[in-house]
Amino acid sequence: MSHIEAQEAGEGVGADVPDREPAKSMRRQMLAEFWYYFSENKGAVVGLVVFIAIVLIALAAPLIAPHSPVLQNRNALLIPPFWQEGGSTAYLLGTDAVGRDILSRLIFGAQYSLFIGVVVVVIAVTVGIAVGLIAGYVGGWVDTVIMRVMDIILAFPSLLLALVLVAVLGPGLVNAMIAISLVLQPHFVRLTRASVMAEKNREYVTAARVVGASPLRLMVVTILPNCLGPLIVQATLSFSNAILDAAALGFLGMGAQPPTPEWGTMLAEAREFILRAWWVVTFPGLAILVTVLAINLVGDGLRDALDPKMKRS
Amino acid sequence: MLRFFLSRVLVLIPTFIGVSIVAFAFIRLLPGDPVALMAGERVMDPERHAQIMAQLGYDRPLIVQYLDYLFGLFTGDFGTSIVTKRGVAGEFFTLFPATLELSFCAIVIAVAIGVPAGVFAAVKRGSWFDQITMGAALVGYSMPIFWWGLLLIILFSGTLGWTPVSGRISLLYYFPQVTGFMLIDSLLSGQEGAFTSALSHLILPSVVLATIPLAVIARQTRSAMLEVLGEDYVRTARAKGLSRFRVVGVHALRNAMIPVITTIGLQVGVLMAGAILTETIFSWPGIGKWMVDSVFRRDYPVVQGGLLLIALVIMIVNLVVDVLYGVINPRVRAR
Repeated sequence: MSHIEAQEAGEGVGADVPDREPAKSMRRQMLAEFWYYFSENKGAVVGLVVFIAIVLIALAAPLIAPHSPVLQNRNALLIPPFWQEGGSTAYLLGTDAVGRDILSRLIFGAQYSLFIGVVVVVIAVTVGIAVGLIAGYVGGWVDTVIMRVMDIILAFPSLLLALVLVAVLGPGLVNAMIAISLVLQPHFVRLTRASVMAEKNREYVTAARVVGASPLRLMVVTILPNCLGPLIVQATLSFSNAILDAAALGFLGMGAQPPTPEWGTMLAEAREFILRAWWVVTFPGLAILVTVLAINLVGDGLRDALDPKMKRS
Repeated sequence: MLRFFLSRVLVLIPTFIGVSIVAFAFIRLLPGDPVALMAGERVMDPERHAQIMAQLGYDRPLIVQYLDYLFGLFTGDFGTSIVTKRGVAGEFFTLFPATLELSFCAIVIAVAIGVPAGVFAAVKRGSWFDQITMGAALVGYSMPIFWWGLLLIILFSGTLGWTPVSGRISLLYYFPQVTGFMLIDSLLSGQEGAFTSALSHLILPSVVLATIPLAVIARQTRSAMLEVLGEDYVRTARAKGLSRFRVVGVHALRNAMIPVITTIGLQVGVLMAGAILTETIFSWPGIGKWMVDSVFRRDYPVVQGGLLLIALVIMIVNLVVDVLYGVINPRVRAR
């Protein structure tokens, strides 16, 4: 974790504090080093490009979508994509059973999927890191209790627990996001705790403690930056898992509710037409796959760039 | 060895208690009380309501109710379904073989393809085989399996007409349940065509359920193998002049399998989550579909009992994997 330690030194806890200018160039150098290792992995670069494209599509959805995502058209029911017989260029990817444009729904769906991913990861990361820091730093019975609770959450299959939680809270997108955050956060707790336990007896931490840093400062400012590598990789994985799980809940009818153009919900609505209209089923799933795959490719690249073990090989 | 085994069992006890508290709390967290839930839409006069509450013991302190619930679990009482009025444990064990058969076939497919693919990818690191396999593994890992199942139905059931869309066996066949495994029971029944019918029903759901474990196992095998191939003893074996096959297949693979077995064990949770989606798509009468149906029917005792039983199954499988791990890897036992 050489560059992160370098960052630690750059921010100067206990060590002699360098001037602003060298710190800036150090940061630039770290970024350059990171990009060097990240771009070694061609798949990761492709994933990043696709992901950025999806983000742009989501941001520009109202401008680029040819139709409204919820407007029904009784004169255009189950129209196939434009290249098939009966298709029309007005509806490039065809229409669904109530005549809504599939392309437009997919474009607006990108907003939901990315939003779900961001919210879930932010909640899971924040809660997970906070709890993991406490468990690892305080130790003792607090640690035991926290880790047992995490074991209990992990004892259930994540999707099942999310499904049951949503059944308790009531179906809907917000509750689905809460449920998924809850089942994803134990991974962050475990990772943070393990790194904190490995780091907390190192000399730089002792030095900071001797200088008089408060426990909170020790946890957040001194130790945490050195545990970030694996957490970033896990956050990427959780981002794609959140999108998949939310789509699965939507598919089971427990996530976003119709007529929301969420990809999983679209698939649920399309199920009865699978043998009559392949396009209503194929495209939403393809959108989920491409998004999740792009994020996982980036995740692989991040792992390569942030894991010191991989750098040596 | 016995001490190692017992220490692992002991660790499970707090987790089991925690899981039972979660399951117990579940019904209490729902809006409204259990009796109102059972009554559903019907209106109940308050006097009768209080009477039933007392009858079912819901008026006692929570801790008494919990201990009573825990005691019931040990005597095999996991609650009673509101819809079918049958015991939850009984229903679970009737449906469980279907899920077990599906999961077993899925894990067999995943291991049979994933391990060799991972080994070859590692041995031929950087080759086109490696790149294609790992690319495919990442796609598999990113797959929304509910969509993958629908695609396979469109192709193999819709367009080609090779496989049936749903169920475990054609309605033409009827035979008594012996093992609960349709493949074995159909063979035992001796009816012509029964086995083929069962197999054709099983194949698509197994492939769908196998997809993610297959991808994970292939990736894990490759990285474990790469790590082992760099070790000194592998170099020694090679220097001794052993054949490549012997070096890879005997010396390296045995050690590379240690983390892979853990991974395979961890897939059980993935399989149970996958079974929820796969069984829903293929109308496979197993635990996953039962849970989803119960959630929709608001059959909360079933959801509660099922949740606990599934967690219990996963805990037991993890225990078995842990112990197995100790058997292959003496270093773990020594600790």
